[in-house]
Amino acid sequence: MDPKTYKFDTLSLHAGYQPSKNAGSRQVPIYQTTSYMFDDVDHAAALFNLERGGHIYSRMSNPTVQVLEERVCALEGGTAALATASGMSAIFLTIMTLCNAGDHMVVSSQLYGGTVNLFRLTLPKFGIKTTFVKPRDTEGFKKAIQPNTKGIFGELVGNPGNELMNMPEVSNIAKEAGIPLIIDSTYQTPYLCRPFEHGADLVVHSLTKWMSGNGSSMAGILVEGGTFDWMQNDKFPTMTEPYEGYHGLSFAEEFGPTAFTMMARAEGMRDMGPCLAPQNAWNILHGLETLSLRMEKHCSNALKMVEYLSNHESVAWVSHASAPGHPDKELAEKILPKGTGSMIAFGIKGGKEAGAAFINNVKLASHLANVGDARTLVIHPASATHSQMDEATLKFAGLSHDMIRLSVGLEDFEDIVNDFEDGFRAAKKPRLVANK
Amino acid sequence: MKFKVRGIDTFASTGGRPFDKNKPLIIFVHGSGLSHMVWVLQTRYFAFRGYSVLAVDLPGHGLSSGESLKTIEEMGNWVGDVIGAVGCKEASLVGHSQGCLVTMECVAQHPEKIKTLTLMGGASAIPMNPELLKLAEESNPKAVDLMMDFAHGPAGHFGGHPVPGLYHLNVGSMIVQNKEIKDTLGVDFRACDNYKNGPEVAKKLDLPTLSILGAQDRMCRLKDGKILADYIKGSEVKIIEDCGHMMLLEEADQTLEILKKFIAEHYPLPS
Repeated sequence: MDPKTYKFDTLSLHAGYQPSKNAGSRQVPIYQTTSYMFDDVDHAAALFNLERGGHIYSRMSNPTVQVLEERVCALEGGTAALATASGMSAIFLTIMTLCNAGDHMVVSSQLYGGTVNLFRLTLPKFGIKTTFVKPRDTEGFKKAIQPNTKGIFGELVGNPGNELMNMPEVSNIAKEAGIPLIIDSTYQTPYLCRPFEHGADLVVHSLTKWMSGNGSSMAGILVEGGTFDWMQNDKFPTMTEPYEGYHGLSFAEEFGPTAFTMMARAEGMRDMGPCLAPQNAWNILHGLETLSLRMEKHCSNALKMVEYLSNHESVAWVSHASAPGHPDKELAEKILPKGTGSMIAFGIKGGKEAGAAFINNVKLASHLANVGDARTLVIHPASATHSQMDEATLKFAGLSHDMIRLSVGLEDFEDIVNDFEDGFRAAKKPRLVANK
Repeated sequence: MKFKVRGIDTFASTGGRPFDKNKPLIIFVHGSGLSHMVWVLQTRYFAFRGYSVLAVDLPGHGLSSGESLKTIEEMGNWVGDVIGAVGCKEASLVGHSQGCLVTMECVAQHPEKIKTLTLMGGASAIPMNPELLKLAEESNPKAVDLMMDFAHGPAGHFGGHPVPGLYHLNVGSMIVQNKEIKDTLGVDFRACDNYKNGPEVAKKLDLPTLSILGAQDRMCRLKDGKILADYIKGSEVKIIEDCGHMMLLEEADQTLEILKKFIAEHYPLPS
């Protein structure tokens, strides 16, 4: 006897949506509205006081966005989800729900540059401090925990250097300390890894990337695993003690495995308002329908690209967890058995000048500040995504000036290679290119 | 809030309002392996409309201490003791699934204390599939997966939770897995399987009773819910279409509306 619940590919097409409640519309409708009619005064009061479910105002929730939230939640194996205007707002909302002024976070050092700046520069303005730890330094995460630490945050596969955090072991450290582990799983999508199965308590995504795949819309999401017991200690009073904003409601007591998301929506969306536009939610839903198919092709193209780059005379080094000799290969095989994603970092011989010439001379690959598009993308992190870091921070984050970040797309592999050959040819004589 | 029942720490959600023993009391009793959290879309409404509400965690469940009670009769008696433990003399009861058997037993053992009875997804007997029972008693998580599959109707399997962002199957699953499966779900399933008094108890009930049934219920099928209602003198029956066993969440609004009307008519606030 086995449960007949829907599997991943079915959920990516159907989860969160019932046509019978939407005029039979097979496609998810776009509810382009700010607000929702109340039945009467009692109904309005009940909605505002979280006595019943439903929509009030699209800053808090919207029916189209709700489908996206449930769908991602189902794919991740979570209990609740909250979509936001971008991946960064999902992270900010998560930290602002978790922490108060005077609190502390332990954070992996290898992150998207914007996330580094959030923890390093912006959150201290709110009295939240961070200790950064290199992703492979598992013991370092333990040592960095202080009495006021409220969580551990990291990208499973760090951006842009592709170093893996040992999620199961770091999860044990977090559990021992009674704090949640938060994983930014943008690079993996739930197709490659479901972090709740490896000990994460909260997951965030930039949905702008592979989840959408079409590069059309900004979006982010927070997903709750329902695994963390907020009442196990006195570290999270805003979750466990009566909350004045809802007549003394204790989120942990009332909502248990969905408490964090309920709090993030009720307080965070109410007060900060980084809501996702319904049109953007609809665009992301379109992408999700083909997530499995796209991720398979992304990964297979990436594997071929690793082999091509590893054997190329113009390439000094290649970093991808599938690459021979990668220090995290064994860990990757354990927690990313379907593939290690389509992000590759490589060093080009000739350093910064050669890198610039390469990027200026590829035509098929797009030079832009995004990853996870269906199209192949390249960028030179030290001069773009991570340019606001000083030399010491760049070094600590594992960035070098010869590094090119590559997001392998779905094009015919041979066409990508032909394009890269043009780039490498130009990189061999960067001065000539620069003088053009 | 936490209070003592038979000397054991017991938790009950008060729906977000301080408990007041002078207000009319409604006690909500959860189903197998679950906790007070399944009632949030009913309890808060009544708590903010003049009632005192207790969504109890049965012993050993949710945030309550102690060990799970082993028989439906013991559980029914325990619910009766809750009323006195909080300083009240009477209450209305609302039960879901196993909670229907428990609340019926409570009425049978404490008839003077109970004013109305609401049964959601009930049946006069809940025999367990032997394989499911064995899995639960072995703490096999597959038991929870099967329970979530059976408990939700076709619509619930797709989603569409009344609270934006929540996903039915995984919420239910995590509530059950909050405790060791064999110590809660396993004990509860065995208690349900062993309980044979349902028809006789139901026939003796003599109080305003409402049965809310899901047309797509696969745990306690609609026909079994109707048979139970037929046993109870004067029982009202409301059927929610396109809904499984978890009507209190799958169709929370409809469930609340039905319950509101019943409570307003048979257990009104003092004027």
